[in-house]
Amino acid sequence: MAEGELLIRNGVVYDPINGVKGEKKDICIRDGKVVESVTNPKVIDAEGRVVMPGGVDIHSHIAGGKVNAGRLFRPEDGRKGVKARTKVCRQESGYSVPNTFATGYRYARMGYTFVMEAAMPPLAARHTHEELVDIPILDNAALPLLDNNWMTMEYVKSGDTDLLAAYIAWMIKATKGYSVKVVNPGGTEAWAWAKNCDLNDEVPYFDVTPAEIVKNLAVANEKFEMPHSIHVHGNMLGHPGNYEVTTSTYDLVKGIKPYRDRPAMHATHTQFHSYGGTTWGNFESKAGAIADYINKNEHVSIDLGSIILGDTTTMTADGPMEYSLYQITGRKWTNHDVELETGTGITPFLYSGKSPVNTIQWAIGQELALLVKDPWKLALTTDHPNAGPFIGYPIIISMLMSKKRRDESAEDMHKVIFDRAEYCSIDREYDLNEIAIITRGMAAKTLGLHEHGKGHLGIGADGDVAIYDMSPEETDAGKIQKAFLNTKYTIKGGEVVVKDGEVVATPAGKTYFVTPECDEKLTDEMLVKLKDKFEHYYSVSFNNYPVQDAYVPNPYEIKAPWRS
Amino acid sequence: MVEITDVVCSLCGCVCDDIVVEVEDNKVTKVKKGACAVGKSKLMGHGRIEEPAIRENGSLKACSYDDAIKKAAEILAASRRPLLYGWSSTVCEADKVGVELAEEIGAVIDNTASVCHGPSVLAIQDVGLPSCTLGEVKNRADLIIYWGANPAAAHANHMKRYSYISKGYWTEEGKKNKKLVVVDVRRTATAKMADVFLQIEQGKDYLVLSALRALLYGYEDVVPEEVGGIPKKDLLETVKMMKESKFGIIFFGMGVTHTRGRHNTIVNAIEVTRAAHTHTKFSIMPMRGHYNVAGINQVCTWETGFPFAVDLTRGYAWYNPGEVSATDLLIRRECDTALIIASDPGAHFPGESIRHLAKIPVIQIDPFPNPTTEFADVVIPAAISGVEAEGNVYRMDNIPIRLRKLVDTEYIADEEIMKRILEEVRAIREKEGE
Repeated sequence: MAEGELLIRNGVVYDPINGVKGEKKDICIRDGKVVESVTNPKVIDAEGRVVMPGGVDIHSHIAGGKVNAGRLFRPEDGRKGVKARTKVCRQESGYSVPNTFATGYRYARMGYTFVMEAAMPPLAARHTHEELVDIPILDNAALPLLDNNWMTMEYVKSGDTDLLAAYIAWMIKATKGYSVKVVNPGGTEAWAWAKNCDLNDEVPYFDVTPAEIVKNLAVANEKFEMPHSIHVHGNMLGHPGNYEVTTSTYDLVKGIKPYRDRPAMHATHTQFHSYGGTTWGNFESKAGAIADYINKNEHVSIDLGSIILGDTTTMTADGPMEYSLYQITGRKWTNHDVELETGTGITPFLYSGKSPVNTIQWAIGQELALLVKDPWKLALTTDHPNAGPFIGYPIIISMLMSKKRRDESAEDMHKVIFDRAEYCSIDREYDLNEIAIITRGMAAKTLGLHEHGKGHLGIGADGDVAIYDMSPEETDAGKIQKAFLNTKYTIKGGEVVVKDGEVVATPAGKTYFVTPECDEKLTDEMLVKLKDKFEHYYSVSFNNYPVQDAYVPNPYEIKAPWRS
Repeated sequence: MVEITDVVCSLCGCVCDDIVVEVEDNKVTKVKKGACAVGKSKLMGHGRIEEPAIRENGSLKACSYDDAIKKAAEILAASRRPLLYGWSSTVCEADKVGVELAEEIGAVIDNTASVCHGPSVLAIQDVGLPSCTLGEVKNRADLIIYWGANPAAAHANHMKRYSYISKGYWTEEGKKNKKLVVVDVRRTATAKMADVFLQIEQGKDYLVLSALRALLYGYEDVVPEEVGGIPKKDLLETVKMMKESKFGIIFFGMGVTHTRGRHNTIVNAIEVTRAAHTHTKFSIMPMRGHYNVAGINQVCTWETGFPFAVDLTRGYAWYNPGEVSATDLLIRRECDTALIIASDPGAHFPGESIRHLAKIPVIQIDPFPNPTTEFADVVIPAAISGVEAEGNVYRMDNIPIRLRKLVDTEYIADEEIMKRILEEVRAIREKEGE
């Protein structure tokens, strides 16, 4: 947070959370927060330029064991992004798996100021936090994986949702995490025996189904005043014909009443879950069916997981999925199963416009954005780096804003785009207000961060502002893309961190974490069982498990009381 | 007397964290539970570098921390091709400052993996690493293979805590329902415990791995009657055990990394794991030596993109083991200064590189004297991480654990020493207008 005053004058402001849709107005910041007025400010002239709150990314893999394993086994990716240190910046490396410094700088240059690390294995949470601390500028948080955990499955089996709630509360606290992350529920545990699970299969040895795990976790999560819902990567990701599994997964939380005005489930990287056909041969887009579901229902929000063409590094706790992918490509493959909790798979992948499957995947990501009517229900992501690196966001933005660009691009893709996807028949074009929704407003609201100053520019909000070097009337897709890649200014907590596309300051970001407050008696009862797990099955001791305060030097705590 | 539980051992890659010690008068007086003999010795303490020193006219003269740090900074700031080496027996917090210093002065930063599991890293960069945490092995593995590794001597608690002798969820009867295969060139203490011991001929690891791989893929006809000193029937028996296991793991050590074929041999071992994985669950893990060698690889990777042998002379990271790895630089007599922290190249590097090290200014940071001390020009004693200083380390399976501080000390921790050197270097460079 910077002390002093700043005035951003005459910008065309898009602040969807506050209903500001392209109004010419001034933004005043004092001591890092948005205020009504200032008296003796430093002035930034934003005349005629697009001004938005700092971007908020709801789902991106930027820190931790799997990201670093991706960097380690891909020196060829590291080479791609090297940039020498400057007086202000540390050296950069990497394209799909950038080093920590590049991660912070590149997001900031796109006008982003908050990023959610999408998957934190609880046992390795210290690692995630060590890297988050090393990412400059960005405020951050991380989602602990809590679905393939033996404790979770045992409580699901016994039907003790209160004790399950006590467990997830303890784990979110112990990992300094933000919410409940679900990745291939049951399937990752099965992968420890080289097996996988569909939604209603029984998890080997645990006598529960993935569907039961998802439902119970949603119920347990809503027992607290949690800012965010459960955050779900469902079963059968990346399999042809999986769209019905996807909608069946959505159905699981129908009727569960969320604590606040957000859905009971956030379903992530939906592109990977919107597949029709029965084989790769007759693979087709079912974005329409998924969008139809989202349009008719209020209990699920999504993010895109939109494809960026080119080489990338795929990584997920969905171990069996990465193994399938490696079998298709024959490229290198890393796997890292984590005792009692989760797993990890990593393999490089090339998305090619010449491939019919990749072409349809590419279409689906954008189709979802174009077919879901209400932009408040979706966020722009590439599930970085799985569908492509985050620095591809400006490409997606320009596509969504320009039918012309989509038509031109479709010509370069495999011809299946014309008959196995709706892509070319959709005329909708996003306006800047809608772009602001899917790149900051929706994510902030869905994560509950708007109540903590993120994703908007109302009085009291954080002074996080992106000023794009473009006029609100701009229709040239190339210019739009360029403007969203490098801001004219990015301001973080009232401090200019990017000017004319160059990083000029690198303040440390804050780590947001949630403290669910659980009844002591329940917690004590749960701990008897958990301590037994440590005594007999974990390879680290109970007392060495929780993330120590030293790992979160810039904490921002959000309390989540038990709902009475 | 105070009893401290859940003490974390800062010796080897096992990073045992269930140790109980007694502390009296600011000294560890007893190790009650959990540590192996070597770990115990480290926790109890032994001969250390008593005070900072600077070499004058051939012998080390005691000085203050301030003087030693200042001298170290002067040497580094004046250097045109500095090497910063070691980093495996200290905490990640110190390693991070090391990378920052390397950037500041345009140094090569390399760590002990370079002469240890460096070939494993190269193999992983070629084909990846299907692996798991040690608790997975403990709970599930019914087939354990140690290849070119002798944990009975080098990782004394490994079998007890994590593998053959441990008891877990699906392995509650311990070794009774497990099989142990040991592959080595000599009958080690570990080999004596094995159900199957394959005593291979020196340098024939690659051949034996290839034979196993062929058999796992069903090409029995291409495998000759004897491979690397092992009769085909023994190989077939091993493969049968692999296929019939529910969860198998290969732990490999320096016997594989430092035999003919180097990283190619490890690629082959990983390919064997992939082949076994077509039948059942199979994983593979390097037996990392120092307690935080995995950690410096992690830190160096997330900060530069690369795990070891990183040259920052150009301002950005240039990774090229074989060119900018420590021994190669030294053998080419390319570096003109070396900072050696938490390691001992004096004992472990090839003679030719040590000869160059002895000629150039060397700064040593370490709690303990070792052969490197004999030619170091500035010696800075450090607090013992895990006894006198806390911090993060990564176990051999890359699980991060925080070392505990057990007693107070006058000695300065590695992180603080590194920060002070960096500050001094920056002050000098600023003065010189760089």
